[in-house]
This record gives sequence, structure tokens and C-alpha cells, in this order.
Amino acid sequence: MSLAAVATDMSLSARARRVAEIAAEFADRVDHEGRFPKEAAEAMKTERLLGIQIPSALGGEGASMQEIAEICSVLGQACAASAMVFAMHQIKVSSLVEHGETSEWHESFMRELAARQLLVASATTEAGIGGNLRNSICAIEIEGDTCRLTKDATVISYGAHADAIMVTSRARADAAPGDQVMTVFRKSQYELQKTVDWDTLGMRGTCSDGFLFKGEAPAVQIFPKPFAEIAAQSMLATSHLLWSAVWYGIAADAVLRAQAFVRAAARKSGSAQPPGAVRLAEASNLLQLLKANILSGLKAYEDAKADPDQLSSMAFSIAMNNVKLASSETILTIINQAMIICGIMGYKNGTPYSLGRHLRDAHSAQLMISNDRILGNTSTMLLVQKPDTSLLG
Amino acid sequence: MLSHLNHLPSDERNTFGGCLMNETIRELLARVGGLPVAVTELENGADLYVAGLSSFASVQLMLAIEEAFDIEFPDNLLNRKSFASITAIEETVSQILKAREAA
Repeated sequence: MSLAAVATDMSLSARARRVAEIAAEFADRVDHEGRFPKEAAEAMKTERLLGIQIPSALGGEGASMQEIAEICSVLGQACAASAMVFAMHQIKVSSLVEHGETSEWHESFMRELAARQLLVASATTEAGIGGNLRNSICAIEIEGDTCRLTKDATVISYGAHADAIMVTSRARADAAPGDQVMTVFRKSQYELQKTVDWDTLGMRGTCSDGFLFKGEAPAVQIFPKPFAEIAAQSMLATSHLLWSAVWYGIAADAVLRAQAFVRAAARKSGSAQPPGAVRLAEASNLLQLLKANILSGLKAYEDAKADPDQLSSMAFSIAMNNVKLASSETILTIINQAMIICGIMGYKNGTPYSLGRHLRDAHSAQLMISNDRILGNTSTMLLVQKPDTSLLG
Repeated sequence: MLSHLNHLPSDERNTFGGCLMNETIRELLARVGGLPVAVTELENGADLYVAGLSSFASVQLMLAIEEAFDIEFPDNLLNRKSFASITAIEETVSQILKAREAA
């Protein structure tokens, strides 16, 4: 294909690859400086990737979760922070697409998001809730047609760079901590006062600083469905699937680097296999397991999507939890194997085989909703859930 | 344990061992539900999650109901909707009892 043909290929994968090229170019700088991947984010807007999930009728492209996961993985191979920003944005969009259709305001916001390529962030964590996003301390205040909210949000990923933020809170001043709603606030409707710096081991470019959020907006911007349903029916699944797709991307790139290292060594040493070759086979095996695990999760989601009861069933929650647990743990093993294969060339920064950034970024996976919390939830559900032991079921 | 219910006409099946199913469910909810409000103040149709039923407590409640009614919830009924209110729980339990009678 000629260069001109590549530049005009408007398939989702071609657009994703063009963004990935830019993301890869700046990945080390973004990581080193801990700054927002603005070039990649700009490219996502130029390639009009931010609105693809929105139905065509509202100006989007009605992209499926599988197509979005593929883009997450393509970006993840280039720059994990850029990929994670894209994934988190799409998770927020899935809440709009799945739960906003009954509300005129949310529908018009979807149109605007697709037309103007708005980047959406979320504020679900709060000081004092112990990491459980299904509890809120802050409560939304509704006065006439207006709602007001102040939230001590310990993490708002790319909060300072977003065009809108979805914020969870208790539904009323006297509501129980779990009785939550989610509200969309546009940039012009809130103030952010930075309270915590995001200076981390990895995923540095997500700029997940903490902020004191203060917003005021028309009350119609509150989602009509309780947040519990949004969380159960779209957020839980899309988070685990799209995060896993990003993590797969990180691991896949690590294996690619290890393979290039082994190949180069094999060429130099003639007939003798370099010692790392056996580990490469192991890493390739694990990568395939990881891929199969995510694909089966994506399929389960597509199958369950039409049925809210199935989406909120325990069997489905357990399946999604298992996708997250397995992918977040497996990538560390894979990248570690790749590091041993590449040796000092993998350990050093600035070589074609460098894996430091991969390994640091990958360490976030077990902590984005702590695996221990997820294991706890799953083990609770297993007290009553009866597993389906069939192979195809 | 439930065989004595088999002869009852269908409109009386919401009784269990001489007690109303509703009362039994309320007792169990009070015991394991961990709600911040008194169960006696809850209407049958009130959303239990809104009332503060946590996901852990909802599982404890399911276990207690399985034990009390000597039933097992099939997978397709293990979702939020089945346990969203006292009425929903009653319907879920009745559905299982009815299916067992038919079997």
C-alpha cells in the first residue's frame, strides 16, 4: 500500500495504528516527565476515535466493545498511558450509550461528544470510602432545576485535561452510602482544585491527580438510572475488559521485544539457540492464554449485553472478575519473562529492548480496583453461585 | 420439608410452615441484612439496595433464605432484580417452590 493509501485508510484499525505511531513516539517522554500524552490524545480526536462507540444515529459509529478493545490493545503496545486514557474514556462513554438513551440531555450530550470529540473523565473515588467506588460520602444537592456537588476526589485520571467529568455521589443528603447517582459535568460547570500529585511508579501519563471537585449544573445532567445499575450493567464489565485489552497490549509488545532480542542473538551465534529461546516459548504460551481469556470475556459481554438480568447476574460478574484477575497477574509474569530474556538490554532504558516502562506500567493492573478486593467479592458470590461446568457454556 | 405445602391451593402458597413467607423474609432481613433502617419500617416494594443492603449482606440473605426454605437459587435468579425488594424475594422464592412442585 502506498503512503497516501495508508493515510486515507479510514478503517478503525488504520486510524488506531496512526494514533499508536504518535503515542509510541512520545511514550518515553510522557513516562519520564509524568505528563499527559497530549499528542496521542490530540491524534485520537483528529482520527475521531473518541466518539466511535456512540450510535450512528447520534453521530458516532456504533463500534462494538470488541472493536474498542482492539484499539486499546493497539494503543497499549505503543504507550500504556495513552491506551489507558482511551480505555477509561470509552468506559465512561459506555455508561452514556447503555444508560443515557432514555434521557434527552444525555442523548444530546452524546451527539455533542461525537461531533466535537469530547474527552470524558470520571470521579468515582473519594477520600474516606476505602477504595470502594460503590459507596459515596458526598451527596448531590438538588435545588429546583439545579444540582450542586462538592467531592474530595482522591483520583481523577486526566481530570485536568478532560472536557467533561462523570461524578458519583449519594442520591440525596439522607441517602445510604450505596444509594448513588452519577452526574455529567461539563468543563465550564466545575472547578478543580488539585489536592494530590500523581507521582507514581508507572502509568505516569494518566495524570491521575486528586482534586477537590466543585460543580453546578442543570439537574437533568444526573443519570436517570441509579449508579448501582450503571456499575453492574456496564461499568464493571467494560472496565475489566478494556483495561485487560490495554494490559494485553503492554504484554504483547514486551514479547515482541523479547522475540526480536532472541532473533538477533540467534543470527549472531549461527546455529546455537540463545539461552532465552525457551523462555520466549513460555511467554508466547502465556500471551495466548491471556488473549483467549480476554476474547472469551468480550464474547460473554456481547452475548449478555441484550439482557440486563444476565449482565447483573453473579455468573457474569464472576466471569468478568476472573478476566481482570487473570490478565492483571499474567502480564507481570509475561513481562518478567521478557525481561529475563533480554537481560541487561531489557533492564536498561533507551535500548530497542527496554522493558522498564512496560514492567512499571503493568504493576498498576493489580491495583486498579485491588485484586484482593475483587477476590473477596468473588468468594462472597461463590457462597451461593453454582458454577457452570460445561466447556462451551 | 415442604411436602405439606403441596396440597395447598396456589393462592395460599405464600405461607411456609405456618408462617407467612413475608414474615420469614423480614426476620431474615433483620438478622443478616445489616440495614441502617428498621425492617418493620420497610414497605414490601421498597428498594433494598437503596435502603442500604450491601452486596455482601445480600449474599448472606440469600444463604439464610436457602437455609430457611430449604431451596437453592438457580443461577438465572441470582441477580440484583431477584433480591431488590421483599416482594421480589417472595416472588423469587415462590417461583422456585412452584418449579419444584411441578417437577
